[in-house]
Amino acid sequence: MIQGMVQGNREKGNRLPEITFVESLRMTLKEEMERDPSLMLIGEDIGRYGGIFGVTRGLLEEFGFHRVRSTPISESAIIGSALGAAMTGVRTVAEIMYVDFTTCAMDQIVNQVAKMSYMSGGKAKVPLVIRTQEGGGRGNAAQHSQSLEALFLHIPGLKIVMPSTPYDARGLLKTAIRDDNPVMFIEHKLLYATKGLIPDGEYLIPLGQADLKRKGKDATIVTISYMVTKALKAAARLAEEGIEAEVIDLRTLVPLDMDTLLQSVHKTNRVVIVHEGCRRGGIGAEITSRIQEEAFDYLDAPIERVGALDVPIPYSEPLENAVIPDEEDIVRAVKKVLYMA
Amino acid sequence: MALQTDKILCLKMYEQMLTIRRFEEKAIELFEHNLIRGNIHPCIGQEAVSVGACSPLRREDFMVNTHRGHGNCIAKGADLKLMMAELLGKSTGYCKGKGGSMHIADFEGGNLGANGIVGGGLPIAVGAGVSIQNRGTDQVVACFFGDGATNQGTFHESLNLAALWKLPVIFLCENNLYALSTPVREAISVSKISDRAMAYGIPGMSLDGNDVLEVYAKMREAVERARAGEGPALLDCVTYRFFGHFTGDPGKGITYRSKEEMDQWLDRCPIKRLRERLIKEKGLTGEMEKTMEAKVKATIEEAVQFANESPFPPPEEATQDVFCP
Repeated sequence: MIQGMVQGNREKGNRLPEITFVESLRMTLKEEMERDPSLMLIGEDIGRYGGIFGVTRGLLEEFGFHRVRSTPISESAIIGSALGAAMTGVRTVAEIMYVDFTTCAMDQIVNQVAKMSYMSGGKAKVPLVIRTQEGGGRGNAAQHSQSLEALFLHIPGLKIVMPSTPYDARGLLKTAIRDDNPVMFIEHKLLYATKGLIPDGEYLIPLGQADLKRKGKDATIVTISYMVTKALKAAARLAEEGIEAEVIDLRTLVPLDMDTLLQSVHKTNRVVIVHEGCRRGGIGAEITSRIQEEAFDYLDAPIERVGALDVPIPYSEPLENAVIPDEEDIVRAVKKVLYMA
Repeated sequence: MALQTDKILCLKMYEQMLTIRRFEEKAIELFEHNLIRGNIHPCIGQEAVSVGACSPLRREDFMVNTHRGHGNCIAKGADLKLMMAELLGKSTGYCKGKGGSMHIADFEGGNLGANGIVGGGLPIAVGAGVSIQNRGTDQVVACFFGDGATNQGTFHESLNLAALWKLPVIFLCENNLYALSTPVREAISVSKISDRAMAYGIPGMSLDGNDVLEVYAKMREAVERARAGEGPALLDCVTYRFFGHFTGDPGKGITYRSKEEMDQWLDRCPIKRLRERLIKEKGLTGEMEKTMEAKVKATIEEAVQFANESPFPPPEEATQDVFCP
């Protein structure tokens, strides 16, 4: 059903030439800044330099200093001032260059941003998106490669969005920006150069709506962000062996689309959860719990979790490859839930 | 300084200081009767900073507050009834009972909320300054914090950013000489907190925080500069809390402060000092004082009654307001 809706959107209007994830984000920010004349961007090197991944390139020239504020290296001040601006009538998109650096602003994110609405009894409105990027695979070593979404998942008051395609990035970023609540919008560095088709016309993807990225009947692979790419490759390999795995891209962790998940579990009765963060305390632990609470009787095998080893991300290529899950790990896990391994 | 501030304003400030003192005394009493949970951080002794700093502000100006913030709320124009109800955890409180003493916010009155994290509010104040600059109004932000906060990274990040972008933020240090039990002389590398302004190229000044007229005069200058687009300033208001760090601090802080020191500061009580000057220079009479005391008392009694009679929030409200609809 959900895929149908998205498919419908995809077919609306003229198609643009294939664009990259970065171009999709840039186009979306530009469109939203045109739509809302108060919308402000704030973050390190986002002005003349255009951000280290080029997402904000050209926006300073187009929208000026007040709306594209390039800051000193002051993560707490970036998030805190984004919050102060958002609370007082200036919708804001803050950028933290690497998710690893959110730790420098953790008080502002956890104690301030996430709690402002609740602590004020619902009086504070915080229309704030915190854009950041995470993930390994590029030899950036332990402090530039983490996947920290599980930290934020544990904090009430933050929505969490993790798109896997240029199409989803656009529709989800628009929704996130227009939301009156704080949203962690976590991109993946390996997705930036990936290309995809997006329609010309405007579309929004609601938060809390998972996307069936591949249909299947034998097992459900639940995943998000860059791991969707690996899961789809794994599913294609499995198909060669006659195993039809369904791939669900959660797209958002908060809110979490349990309905789509459960529908799939009811059908396949076998689940593999795949994420790039460490297995211990990872998002898989939470999703596993939810599934067993809500669909225990439908399960024909224990749920498998595929995640990074519980170590910091190492630098050397063979070591990094050993730590971060790959297609092979996913294939093996699917076979395990099918009692084929 | 000469008492040039006009009589009506002086009397108003005196009444506000008195209101804060009596409110805090009542809050401590209610805490001792177990009607207030957790802890409160009384600002008794520091009333001149709250009132001197907030008096030059307009209602639409913003204020960012600290955990020791009841006085600043009152000085910024909060409704005592809604404050007291919040302290008692009632659904009629400013935050529907979800915030408590450390998180009273009154957005309509420009009060962006207090903070339980030392130094947590400074970047938020900077953001309110950014918002003012982007929206093109002539509002200002009064950002309160204590001496302890000046050792947090957020202090330095915030002053730098506010200076860099010439934001209309007045950084007001309520320097009561102790970060919980740690004296400033053991915690701060410069002799005066205002010296730190130099590092950011903004005006900085240390002042007698127990002289409401001095705080008022310097704050007014800083506010005028900020409204004119000339950027932030740092005012280090040296004061003293007569109580301990919080209601759980033994002997009003006697474990880390000498009796002599505490007595000396009691002599410099900001309310007593203003009263003496008002009697001498503005014709404050015993009759006027009596009337004022009675009015303040009645307002506080009314607030307590309102809070007492208000309902507690039903348990199902616990899951509301995590997100706004």
